[in-house]
Amino acid sequence: MSSALRKQRYLLDYTLSSLARRPGKNLGLLLVYTLIVFMLASVMLFTHALRSEAVAILQESPEIIVQRLVAGRHDLIPAHYLRKMGHIRGVLERKGRLWGYFFDPAVKANYTLMVPDEAQPAADEIEIGATIAATRGVGLGDIISLRSADNRPFSFRVSGILDADSQLVSADLILLSEATFRDFFAIPEGLYTDLVLRVRNPRELRTIAEKLILLLPDTRPILRDEVLRTYDAIFSWRQGIVFVLMAGAVLAFVIFAWDKASGLSGEERKEIGVLKALGWETADVIRMKFWEGAVVSLLAFLLGYLLAYAHVFYTSAALFEPVLKGWAVLYPEFAPIPYIDLLQIATLFIFTVFPYTVATIIPIWRAAITDPDLVMR
Amino acid sequence: MKTIELHQVCKTFNQYQPNEFHAIRDIDLRIEPRQATVLKGPSGSGKTTLLAMIGCLSRPTSGRITLGGETLSGLPERFMTEVRRRTFGFIFQQFNLIRGLTVSENVMLPAYPLGLPRERLGRKTAELLARFDLAPKAQLKVEFLSGGEAQRTAICRALINDPEILIADEPTANLDTRLSAEFMQLAHGLVAEGRTILMTSHDPEVFDSPMIDRVVAIRDGRLEP
Repeated sequence: MSSALRKQRYLLDYTLSSLARRPGKNLGLLLVYTLIVFMLASVMLFTHALRSEAVAILQESPEIIVQRLVAGRHDLIPAHYLRKMGHIRGVLERKGRLWGYFFDPAVKANYTLMVPDEAQPAADEIEIGATIAATRGVGLGDIISLRSADNRPFSFRVSGILDADSQLVSADLILLSEATFRDFFAIPEGLYTDLVLRVRNPRELRTIAEKLILLLPDTRPILRDEVLRTYDAIFSWRQGIVFVLMAGAVLAFVIFAWDKASGLSGEERKEIGVLKALGWETADVIRMKFWEGAVVSLLAFLLGYLLAYAHVFYTSAALFEPVLKGWAVLYPEFAPIPYIDLLQIATLFIFTVFPYTVATIIPIWRAAITDPDLVMR
Repeated sequence: MKTIELHQVCKTFNQYQPNEFHAIRDIDLRIEPRQATVLKGPSGSGKTTLLAMIGCLSRPTSGRITLGGETLSGLPERFMTEVRRRTFGFIFQQFNLIRGLTVSENVMLPAYPLGLPRERLGRKTAELLARFDLAPKAQLKVEFLSGGEAQRTAICRALINDPEILIADEPTANLDTRLSAEFMQLAHGLVAEGRTILMTSHDPEVFDSPMIDRVVAIRDGRLEP
């Protein structure tokens, strides 16, 4: 081994012993630092997982949704619009959808009621999401009573519990037959909530949307990409809110780290002076302190990231769930798919490890370039 | 063996500021090799400041310090450090041992930047500790040492890089009479080995000792005739 390498080993040895000599300060710093990395990484990982999940789910959704607007608000759309759409070249498939929301005062939660495309339940039966089943405490064959828009009581037998794999979309979902849906919400025949289209060539989506607006000026076509962008914006916004909420904690950490890392105590300044007097070069002292900062920050980064990874992918981000998933009452049992994004890690690294290391080095450098005699005094 | 020479050396703290202080004024001095020289004087006379400049721990505000004819005072920081490491060994008044480290770790500190092989450094350290009766304390943390043991540890640390010149600032200030005499014996032995010792003291036990070759008196930053 060359003397330069041995020298680095000695410096690293000294750094480790130096860390062990101030266990209170360094453990405190490590704890707070880890917590900050954990919180930031949790938000980043979970938001990214939600986005990925949304993208995966929306891959199966229609390419174009057509809604009717009345006075700028979403209204029921006549079924005969489907016929008119048939004249647009490139439209492969078109159909009406029926869906709506229902507030259940019993559990103070909103449900999404929907008529499935295929295999509709019988008139007095429903299929429900797993979270509704858990919240209402019902199982297969049990009866659920709901009051309709015109206050009539409807009793449904639970004929199915929706697949747990699709929790993110099915948690608050109730599937029922078309006739029952129309009866429950008092929607007459010939009207739908919205219409959906599939097109032959995805590159023609925008052209078809433009033609739709010309043909049916009171409608609004919504492209799948736009929905994706909206989800993306919502999750970014929620991520932003969490970051803002965490800003205080982050600021407290910055002050703490600055104080602990950069505010050299008299003892530390004297130690630097002694090392210099004993023949350590300025670069040796800086390197040693750099190692010290690097050990703390890298350890905190690793611990924080691993804890965040476990938190997000093994507990479904239990701590941030209410903010990041949305302000619903029925939280889906969403299990994000584990992933590692190098760019995300690099971003987190730059915003946590880099500033800390710089904060550590500058005052050390200032002390190290001063005459040892002055520093020791 | 190198002679240390000072030519019109001055040291001013807080220069051009309201609290400007002239610690050392126009000192000319020649320190011969293989001798024990004491700078004596009352507190605040400038002994430690002068010692620090000679040992390359600080630079003179003006004047010139040479070592074996080579000017030190104008050397860039890196070369100053190199000279300090290769030529000087320091024994500080408070010993300045690093708390939390063992005796042997403290002794090895000046040798770390040299990157010596671990076995060689360990052997060298063990030999020094044995020579100064510290072998049984090698793995003890320095905060548990007695005053005499701490000083001997500081001496071992000063000798680890085998320097020509030993610089000791008030080496007996924290020792009782018996330990002071013991230190003087050690110093005498080091001079006999061919080293130069330069120390400060206001202790008559030191500057009146027959083991001292030369006493230089300093007061208010100037040498006394």
